[in-house]
Amino acid sequence: MKAGIVVFPGTNRERDMAIALRVVTGREPVMIWHAETDLPDLDLVVLPGGFSYGDYLRCGAMAAHAPIMAPIRRFAEAGGHILGVCNGFQILTEAGLLPGALLRNGALRFLSQDCHLRVERSDTPFTRRWNAGDVFRAPLAHGDGNYIADDATIRDLEDSGRIAFRYARPDGRVDEGDRQTNPNGSVKAIAGVLSANLRICGMMPHPEDLVDPLMGGEDGKPLFEGLVEALVR
Amino acid sequence: MKVRVTVMLKDGVLDPQGKAVGHALHVLGFGGVGEVRIGRVIELELDETDPAAAREKADAMARGLLANLVIEDFVTEVVA
Repeated sequence: MKAGIVVFPGTNRERDMAIALRVVTGREPVMIWHAETDLPDLDLVVLPGGFSYGDYLRCGAMAAHAPIMAPIRRFAEAGGHILGVCNGFQILTEAGLLPGALLRNGALRFLSQDCHLRVERSDTPFTRRWNAGDVFRAPLAHGDGNYIADDATIRDLEDSGRIAFRYARPDGRVDEGDRQTNPNGSVKAIAGVLSANLRICGMMPHPEDLVDPLMGGEDGKPLFEGLVEALVR
Repeated sequence: MKVRVTVMLKDGVLDPQGKAVGHALHVLGFGGVGEVRIGRVIELELDETDPAAAREKADAMARGLLANLVIEDFVTEVVA
């Protein structure tokens, strides 16, 4: 699996993402600067976390119009796989590659803590190493992670199985109104969503932060292992 | 020509910032304050002399970048 990580001014999680990809692929991912107008030959494009363009205007709004987004759009249209984490998820929604938007956290505070995510389906390249209903731990660190979309979009996402992850208790119970388990107040406790072709996934928490016992666990590793299995060539 | 774009969260979209400011006003003793909503004002100096054309341009900018129509509405007005 050849992976590329897009770096915008203000991106700061690209090295952690590179570690996660290196752990599972055994090779170094390519770093791609936002001003590039072409993508190299890749199986996976990753938009990592950070504060692209200083979160000016809205989180991800400026990055969504960076030069690199034109080839990324073509990559998506051609069926390419894209993972957006945290600011990367915000960028994907601002670019219209994923539905909905990320609002300021419900309790206004920047949150930096662990959360638990319930896997909603296992038949996607991002979730295939889990079973539906499995729960894993993931760190989150964001000020604007409160997922929202209009009622029709939410219904469509639910009916078409495009919710990848929900914030949950360690036992898998989801309680949208509980700030302990759904800390940013996301509608329906949605933590990650998928595109219609299931090849684009955006999520607020950071699976790349738990891919080695030295980091305190390997809870996020199955996501990357699954991608390698799905995209091997 | 100067055009002002006012971007506000759509009705029904929770505005925790506005809520917090409303609460602070209450704490400061300002009574009778209902809902508080916070938005963004963007002034654009446009190379246009026709107000209608200026507004049209600003509308396109708002739709393309200045507002996120998933969560926000906008109003444009020529101010100078």
